[in-house]
Amino acid sequence: MDLAIILSILDATIRLSTPLLLACLAGLYSERAGLFDIGLEGKMLAAAFAAGAVAAITGSAWIGLAAGMAVSLSTALLQGVAAISLRGNQLIAGVAINMLAAGMTTFLGQTWFSQGGRTPPLGEGGRFEPITLPFANELAGVPIIGPIYYELISGHYILVYIAFLMVAVTAYVLYRTRFGLRLRAVGESPKAVDTAGISVVKLRYQAVIITGLLCGIAGAYFSIAQGSGFGNNMTAGKGYIALAALIFAKWKPVPAMFTCLLFGFLDALQIRLQGARLGGVEIPVQAIQALPYVLTVILLAGFIGKAVGPKAGGVAYTKER
Amino acid sequence: MSARRPIPRWADVALLPAINLLLALVVSGLVVLFVGENPLHAIQVIIYGAFGYGDGFGYTLYYATNFIFTGLAVAVAAHAGLFNIGGDGQAYVAGLGAVVVALALDQTHWLIAMPLAVIAAGAVGGFWAFVPGWLQAKRGSHVVITTIMFNFIAAALMVYMVNRVLKPASTMAPESATIAVGGRVPQLRQFFSFFGYSPVNLSIVIAIAALIGVYILVWHTKFGYAMRVLGQNPTASRYAGISNSKMIMITMTISGALAGMVAINEVMGVQNRLVLDFVAGAGFVGIAVALMGRNHPIGIALSALLFGALYQGGQELQFVIPGITREMIVVIQALVILFTGAMEGLFRPSLERAFMLFSPEQKADAVAAATTKTES
Repeated sequence: MDLAIILSILDATIRLSTPLLLACLAGLYSERAGLFDIGLEGKMLAAAFAAGAVAAITGSAWIGLAAGMAVSLSTALLQGVAAISLRGNQLIAGVAINMLAAGMTTFLGQTWFSQGGRTPPLGEGGRFEPITLPFANELAGVPIIGPIYYELISGHYILVYIAFLMVAVTAYVLYRTRFGLRLRAVGESPKAVDTAGISVVKLRYQAVIITGLLCGIAGAYFSIAQGSGFGNNMTAGKGYIALAALIFAKWKPVPAMFTCLLFGFLDALQIRLQGARLGGVEIPVQAIQALPYVLTVILLAGFIGKAVGPKAGGVAYTKER
Repeated sequence: MSARRPIPRWADVALLPAINLLLALVVSGLVVLFVGENPLHAIQVIIYGAFGYGDGFGYTLYYATNFIFTGLAVAVAAHAGLFNIGGDGQAYVAGLGAVVVALALDQTHWLIAMPLAVIAAGAVGGFWAFVPGWLQAKRGSHVVITTIMFNFIAAALMVYMVNRVLKPASTMAPESATIAVGGRVPQLRQFFSFFGYSPVNLSIVIAIAALIGVYILVWHTKFGYAMRVLGQNPTASRYAGISNSKMIMITMTISGALAGMVAINEVMGVQNRLVLDFVAGAGFVGIAVALMGRNHPIGIALSALLFGALYQGGQELQFVIPGITREMIVVIQALVILFTGAMEGLFRPSLERAFMLFSPEQKADAVAAATTKTES
């Protein structure tokens, strides 16, 4: 394989990892606060639809992004009310959110736009355009470094850079701020946090809000950056892969980035490897598709390392009286 | 807080689900209103489409058959405190067992093919749930996450199996060879012309048998008792000498086998071959069915019928009112799950309070409790 092919696979890896990474970091906040979130998929899907629809009507990608984030946020808050205030089952709340988003987006899409659930294709300005970083064109001629900079680092949508920036932000917030410390504490031992006079409910709602906003960006990425307009079930299970990545990364931001890159790479590879052969045997594409899930199951089972989630995960907090 | 009594049993099993269903319908009605259609007309269409004539009723029963199986699968696991979210994947891979037996025996008679296919589909579906159960019991990985992952692994596996293994060289479409009559489950319309052209078949008899079987298993066997103890309090069950890990593995296997019965209905009763995605989300409907049915066979039968009616009526709906697509049914289903499963806390407290006012002795208790509180 020459450099051009390697670069194009790696370039695709970055494009495909971005929504995973955003959703994974989104899940990280909720789960670190002790809330299981299997509703990442639904929030992304709702955001993708809202972003696609609003961008199509207003012709502005930024307004589309805002709409996507707003819808994802309200979905997250609905889930939050069920899981935090009403102390309902967090897993069931997540299932409901996923189903609600799947039904609502197709239903409203068909009713509003009558294009089989699709939103109208986006014109100029309705969609994020790739950004060419400074000197990319000038450096393109330089051997090795030039193409790497031009192909791999430059020329992505702004949401891609935001996603990777969020890794650093999340790592800082989680390990270097008071909020981060409290967030981690509330996921491990809400009682201790409560005893210290800090509101468990408020902290968890804050986490849910961040989750909603990040899922909103992830969803918008599908419909108004990577794609041009929303299509039925556009997120196609990526929310679950993000969840798998979160577990695989043991709920830590930097490993989350590497895991999402790995899963994105597998995705890019299976597109490349359609019909490829290894030592005379054809590699089934489905085997590569299933690999992220298989790896997560193996990791969870403790066969390679051990993934132990936040201790208070999944349990609603009841204040002592 | 005052001593709040739990609400009476009838209210818990009937009134609360009814209120939640009503709320889900009202919210969906508002959505319908929002897009400029008449929700009452929509409900009329759904009810007529589901129960109004033989074909429609047959379709309702056909959908209900699937939902009984997946609902029971969720319920059995729930009694042991496990949340099996992988019914979809378990039913999907069970299709392999069903189609292999049906194709092998389709020159014999359905009386031979069907029981063997039931065993095969149950075994494959059960295995697909046993592995997550085993991983939870022995390796400590959470069954919810594992079953989600297994849904996706099942999807990849089945695409491979259908395209590379089961598809005859002569066909283009991604599906297995067609099962000859000897390997098909007889249709009810062969016995009752009332059902018209609807695909309801003898699988519904298996579904009814499964309802009774689960009732006996959960409430009238030692195993069922151990299962419920585990579900209520894993520590207590361990002290009682029950092997929790063994219980988890067996319960998950039973749950997966029940979900696997969907394959009998779909592969041998309706499609007569294995097609991609034949489960079509029935596993997730099972979650709603089990929640609404309070994990009890009678409740599950009724709510499976309700969701069967919604699915069939929803099909009808998009023909009669083009403004409403059948995805509306998925919205209703999601709202039912949300209200009955995750937002139970919305009505229970106020209902508890309301019932305290109705029962004289409880009212006296409440007044007494309130007085002591103010005096102290």
